[in-house]
Amino acid sequence: MSAPLTSLLDAPVAARPLPARTFWRRALRHRSFVVGGVLTLLVLASALLSLVWTPWSPYEIDIAAKLKPPSAAHWLGTDSFGRDIVSLLLAGARSTILVGIIAVSIGLTFGVCLGLIAAARRGWTEEIIMRFSDFTFAFPAVLSAIMLAAVVGPGMVTSIVAIGIFQVPTLTRLTRGSANAIWAREFVLAARAAGKGAFRITIEHVLPNILSILIVQATIQFALAILAEAALSYLGLGTQPPQPSWGRMLNDAQTLLFQSPMLAVYPGAAIAIAVLGLNLLGDGLRDLLDPRLARER
Amino acid sequence: MSVFVLRRLLTLLATLIGASLIIFLVLDALPGNAAQMLMGADASPDAVRALTVKLGLDQPLTIRYLQWIKGLLSGDLGNSYVYGTPVAGLIAERLVLTIPLAIMSMLITVVLALSAGIYTAANHNKLGDVGVMSLTQVGLALPNFWFAILLILLFSVRLQWLSAGGFAGWDDGIWPGIKSLLLPAISLAVVQAAILARVTRSAVLEVLREDFVRTARAKGLGKREVLWSHVLRNAMIPVMTVMGLQFANLLAGTIVIENVFYLPGLGRLIFQSIANRDLIVVRNCVMLLAAMVVIVNFVVDVLYAFIDPRIKVHDL
Amino acid sequence: MSDPASAPLIAVDNLGVRLNTSRGPAQAVRGVSFALKRGETMGLVGESGCGKSVTALSLMGLLPDSAVVSGSIRLEGRELVGLSDAGYCKLRGNRISMIFQEPMTALNPMHAIGPQVAEPLRRHKNYSAAQARKEAIALLDRVGLPDAARRVDAYPHQFSGGQRQRITIAMALACEPDLLIADEPTTALDVTIQGQILDLIADLVEERGMSMILISHDLGVIAENVQRMMVMYGGTVVESGPTNEVFRRMGHPYTQGLFRARPRLGAREGTRLRTISGTVPELADLPAGCTFSDRCPLVEDRCRAALPPMVEVGPGHNVRCLRTDVSMADHVGALSA
Repeated sequence: MSAPLTSLLDAPVAARPLPARTFWRRALRHRSFVVGGVLTLLVLASALLSLVWTPWSPYEIDIAAKLKPPSAAHWLGTDSFGRDIVSLLLAGARSTILVGIIAVSIGLTFGVCLGLIAAARRGWTEEIIMRFSDFTFAFPAVLSAIMLAAVVGPGMVTSIVAIGIFQVPTLTRLTRGSANAIWAREFVLAARAAGKGAFRITIEHVLPNILSILIVQATIQFALAILAEAALSYLGLGTQPPQPSWGRMLNDAQTLLFQSPMLAVYPGAAIAIAVLGLNLLGDGLRDLLDPRLARER
Repeated sequence: MSVFVLRRLLTLLATLIGASLIIFLVLDALPGNAAQMLMGADASPDAVRALTVKLGLDQPLTIRYLQWIKGLLSGDLGNSYVYGTPVAGLIAERLVLTIPLAIMSMLITVVLALSAGIYTAANHNKLGDVGVMSLTQVGLALPNFWFAILLILLFSVRLQWLSAGGFAGWDDGIWPGIKSLLLPAISLAVVQAAILARVTRSAVLEVLREDFVRTARAKGLGKREVLWSHVLRNAMIPVMTVMGLQFANLLAGTIVIENVFYLPGLGRLIFQSIANRDLIVVRNCVMLLAAMVVIVNFVVDVLYAFIDPRIKVHDL
Repeated sequence: MSDPASAPLIAVDNLGVRLNTSRGPAQAVRGVSFALKRGETMGLVGESGCGKSVTALSLMGLLPDSAVVSGSIRLEGRELVGLSDAGYCKLRGNRISMIFQEPMTALNPMHAIGPQVAEPLRRHKNYSAAQARKEAIALLDRVGLPDAARRVDAYPHQFSGGQRQRITIAMALACEPDLLIADEPTTALDVTIQGQILDLIADLVEERGMSMILISHDLGVIAENVQRMMVMYGGTVVESGPTNEVFRRMGHPYTQGLFRARPRLGAREGTRLRTISGTVPELADLPAGCTFSDRCPLVEDRCRAALPPMVEVGPGHNVRCLRTDVSMADHVGALSA
């Protein structure tokens, strides 16, 4: 699983040395890239911070201190078990990002490989792969998670696998579509004329050329994965207590809407910030990495 | 019927068969024994064996699959493991809620998205465009169940205009039913509308750049007339594709939203059946949802042929 | 206006167009003046980006909203610059029509051709659907579309490029306009079709007594189809006059260069095409004086000081050049020197 992923990350340096300084100079002036980048870094930093430090333990239950309003000790107050909201939010970022990264990696690994194979082999192989991705489309993440949960029981792994499966068809289609466009180009024809095989052409020419599209889409898919993770945790199919997660916090808060409405606001805002950040980052990357699209704006 | 429709129909059938196979394999073949799950770990082996035979789970997989398909075609879906009543009846009861909910939210989605998309495209780069587009960016980031909770906070907790959940049914006329589905439908629609509005905007902008728009203007048509009579129909193709895909998200969304609002719909039935280990209900509900998704996308494909005169010829 | 017959149909005076391009605002057209009588035909020649299409679009009022138009365009004495879009809509397709370069994309792929041809009639003449359809068939028949009555309900993709251009011509002529603007109407077509389409346009112009502005980069097309011509370069008119006169005595070094850069059949073997050295200047950074000065073989310091005035070198034949004494004395020799 790690081999294609490494080559995917190494490829831009090897195949097309991006003028890094120009990129950053343009990037730092791009509004949605900067805003999206800052928001995404904020979420990432919260997740990392929660590994080493949180104001209170997100697992420690203190019924005496339950449903406290914001104070100097508990900046955003406490929940119905007396847990510190800030600590829960920080630790929740961890689950969200963990599930997102693994699910998108699964989606990318399978989606990109299948898409590249479909584009390289054409014919029956392509037909079978595309039909398969067609009917995987009939199962949105929640549906496949429900099926899995019915069989193996709910949990973080269930949600990761379900979200990962749901990412595959989108990425397969995108990869195949862009790869087909590259296969039709003259330099691929030249490479074929030079006797290179389909595998080498895919690695040396096709993959590097569709990489920027894939990076942009991966960002967007990450945002979708976060939304799906939140929904599954909210339903109780994803991350299980006591492991904190934003979706679960919302579920808990919903029963207390009349007493402490703000408890339902914070975790949702955290999800929205994470998703907004990634979406803006994706938009920015699209403009920056694909000059053709950027000019059309 | 044209060759185009016929070919799509065959693909539809193949997709349905594929989906049913996946569902069957995941739900019936992979897990050890449904009867065991149903009765719990400490049930006696004899009781489990008896239940296995009673539910027909001792038959070979192929037979069970074929029996299921036969049942699907004849409308006899078997009995719920838990309630003992016919699954078809259970589902039908719930569809009375879920289908109106899906239709209402799709309508709200389309109305919101098309008006926002067309408005922003017609006012490209002006203040209204930038404002509405920023709003959709926020809309894209909202989890629909959180938006639903916020709506409950505002309309039920603060303003106390609408109830926070539950379904009034259709017995007292249409209005109470619609009223209880209003917040769920809106919370499902807003996020979808944000996506669709962006798709509509870029599709309209793309068509506005086409040469035939200039030709139409050169004939003396005003900007608005060109938009309505020449641009929109061309822009509808990508918009409809996304609408078809969104219907899938929307159905999946009903599972979540029905749980937020405690609505006794199909989504909640699936959910409860998982908790009850009522696999036969889960299997048929999932199949139904998957079939609805596939069929809606088939209808969209066929509608293309009516909208775009080029498709028929290409595919003949 | 004493005599309606000799009064100009359209009179353009000191037209200027400022466009917002990706490289900043640019003066795409400046100081363009001409007048066209009813039934008169005029050619507009120049390389791409010289401002000929912008001039045409400004006559149609179809420039982008951000464009700033100065000067005056009068249709039978009525000022068009500053006219509202609603006002322009009453003229477009009715009094002034336009044929575009790309027949493949100029028709709406979603609508049958009949309704598209009938659209101006429905709009400007309030024809009923049935009337308009009948008229559309007659028009399609007139422009030589085979089997028009049967194919009126067919869609654009079912026609070839030449046929589609015939359809756009039918569309432009539907309301019998006074002025037809043809912007490179044959550039996108096969060579064999080009002649047929040009002949069709010429016949229709003659038959209906229309005025025509024909835009082309092809001197051959201009020579055969119009009475008068204007050569544009860098947004200005560098030479204008009766077609015969201009071809007989080319006064501007650019016109001469354009003429000699033209490939010819029957040229002696080994004859090289003479190109004009340099490239067309970006409209955003035109030279200060004569727009052609950077590429002109006859350039002097005073050419770069200010835009030269138009000089009359023959009856109705004007050249925007300070060095007509040299260029017109022996233009071939002078240029190669």
